[in-house]
Amino acid sequence: MELLTPSIGLVFWMSLAFLIVLFILRKFAWSGILKALKDREDFIERSLKSAEEAKAQMSTLKAENEELLAEARSERESILREAKEMRDKILADAKMSATEEGNRLISAARGEIEKEKNQALSDIKRQVGEISLEIAELVIRKELSDKGAQEALVAEHLSKAQIN
Amino acid sequence: MNQTKAMFLAVFVLVVTSGAAFASNKAENSAANNDFNPGDVIIHHVLDNHEIHIGNFHIPLPIILWDNSNGGLVGPFSSHHLADGANYKGYVMSHEKIYFAGTSNELVRDAEGHILAPKPLDFSITKSVVGVFVTAILLLVIFGAVAKGYKKREGQAPKGIQSAMEPLIVFVRDEIAKPSIGAKYERFLPFLLTVFFFIWIANLLGLIPFIGGFNVTGNIAVALVLALLTFIITAASGNKDYWMHILWTPGVPWWLKVPIPLMFIIEFIGFLSKPIVLMLRLFANITAGHIIILAFVSLIFIFNNLYGSAGGFGVSVVSVVFSIFMFCIELLVAFLQAYVFTLLSALYFGSAVEEHAHENH
Repeated sequence: MELLTPSIGLVFWMSLAFLIVLFILRKFAWSGILKALKDREDFIERSLKSAEEAKAQMSTLKAENEELLAEARSERESILREAKEMRDKILADAKMSATEEGNRLISAARGEIEKEKNQALSDIKRQVGEISLEIAELVIRKELSDKGAQEALVAEHLSKAQIN
Repeated sequence: MNQTKAMFLAVFVLVVTSGAAFASNKAENSAANNDFNPGDVIIHHVLDNHEIHIGNFHIPLPIILWDNSNGGLVGPFSSHHLADGANYKGYVMSHEKIYFAGTSNELVRDAEGHILAPKPLDFSITKSVVGVFVTAILLLVIFGAVAKGYKKREGQAPKGIQSAMEPLIVFVRDEIAKPSIGAKYERFLPFLLTVFFFIWIANLLGLIPFIGGFNVTGNIAVALVLALLTFIITAASGNKDYWMHILWTPGVPWWLKVPIPLMFIIEFIGFLSKPIVLMLRLFANITAGHIIILAFVSLIFIFNNLYGSAGGFGVSVVSVVFSIFMFCIELLVAFLQAYVFTLLSALYFGSAVEEHAHENH
């Protein structure tokens, strides 16, 4: 049957054309195309992998950051607490020392006042004594000027006194 | 992306309009001779031809002969010299076959009508050879452009024809070559890709109306060359395990091998029949597709002859619908046969280079 009989001419031209096409495409098309495809796939795969890595790094970084943040927060709190304690302590100390100082000042003032008072009192006493002495001197001087009265007095005392 | 869409749309439009195109072609034929013979018309279309018919135009093709009795190469000369049984330089053509008739116009025949005249080897550029060349040029142009695209846009997204072809190239590589052949697939990829796209484009070329009705892959010579190449590559790349499997099949009882080498005979038949089946499948599928579409169109003229123009017109509606349907199927088959041929070739290559685990032997 003619349909099933391959003609020599077509076999020849087909072989020639196909082999030439195969050779040319193999040399100038397929190698480049397949290499480009492979390169691009490799590139995409690499990019995906590095993106994944970056993501993982980001998440560890984030966790680290959060840890740091939490640390910082707790540190801040402890610092604040310490500061507060310190403040309270300073305040208390200051209060205490102020009270002490006040007390001390008051007592010192009191002692001074006492001293001043005593001095004043002794001054007054001395002056009173001096004035008294002056008055007494004056009185005595005046009394002694009257000789009769002196003798009368002595006589009187002598009369009262009982000589044993 | 847009270009791909446009391409598919163009193919679709061609499919839709082709029913009418065939109808008009056949109308001329039947007008020329009222006695419409669908068998002749169909076989005439499916077989090779020394002319290309586009509507009423007949494009003559160069005839090249190799005639040992006439000093080797004859021609090339135009096939219009041999039109209508004319004698040119002693050669006469009958039913697309060229004979050496000498000085007479008549060919010597025996009692049963077989031509006895000597037949030189016909290396003419026939319609199918033109189809092969057109396919080859299309392949070079398309994949030249694709390769250029990859060079120009290195590492970037594909564009234009490059993005239309890339999925197919990746398909052949990842769905055909890699799973069928295994680790050594890269060695066979150029052949597989070329075969795949050659068959696919040649199949599509055969489906385009108005350009002379090429039937490239539906010609057994084309299928034979492709299958033969697969066979040669398989045999050439067969490793020790592959040949051992044919010569001394492991894992079967010894009495199947000695004294009668039954297994060898079976394996050897399988070895030879694989490429033959490959050839027949491609040839038969494409030829059958062409025959079915032509038969549907021929129905119009058969009914026209039987029941007059009303019958022809009535059937034409059904016929056109069916041929449109068949064209859609043929578009699928065009791809499918390219895929099947490439897949089976890849499987044969895979069996040739497969490394067997030796403990199984």
